[in-house]
Amino acid sequence: MIVSTALTFALGAFGLAMALNLIRLATAPTLTDRILVVDTMTVNVIAIIVLYGMRSGSVLNFEVAILFALTGFVSTVAFCKYLLRGSIIE
Amino acid sequence: MTVLAEYTIAALLILGGVFGLVGSFGLLKLQDPMQRLHVPTKATTIGVGAALIASVLNLLRLGQGGSWHEFVITGFLLLTAPLSALFLAKTHLLRTIDRNILPKTGTSGTWATLADQPPPGRPSPQTAAKPQQSLRRRR
Repeated sequence: MIVSTALTFALGAFGLAMALNLIRLATAPTLTDRILVVDTMTVNVIAIIVLYGMRSGSVLNFEVAILFALTGFVSTVAFCKYLLRGSIIE
Repeated sequence: MTVLAEYTIAALLILGGVFGLVGSFGLLKLQDPMQRLHVPTKATTIGVGAALIASVLNLLRLGQGGSWHEFVITGFLLLTAPLSALFLAKTHLLRTIDRNILPKTGTSGTWATLADQPPPGRPSPQTAAKPQQSLRRRR
């Protein structure tokens, strides 16, 4: 009982965090901020996937979370590398 | 024992939710881009880590056997958050910071992010193989 209540709270908190991230993404002053916001959104999505897996009782969601973690990091580095050097793979 | 496990899981879930929310609120509230850089590297990582550990404990509580996947994700996030922050800081240094206000490096070269060539004694195979097509024009 207490676990499901806390689970609902955590899902709501991370969902609200995603909404705040979207607001920041729309009003970001610089390009670096947008990359930062996309990185934060990836991490929040991982949390939402894991919490949804807890709620639905499925263990299949963790592969999705691992894929999100990998592609999120690689995309952040690729964006920054492109802005730094003009090409991703030199 | 079961009650203790439930309370631990609930506390971890609430901790994770609060940290994730604080992190995203900080993105809106903080003024300087380098202050905003603290948010996903610290607060959000702790929030996700707490949620993942709660998920492991929940599987153990339900008797479905713990899985190590969550610890893999937690460790991966803890490893990659500083790297992302480093790359974002380098991008910010290149694009936004005025070069004249940067402190001296103490060596003969300039800052590595701003240098067109690698510093002497430290050749980079990537840039040595191909002449650097400068991005400095791109700024």
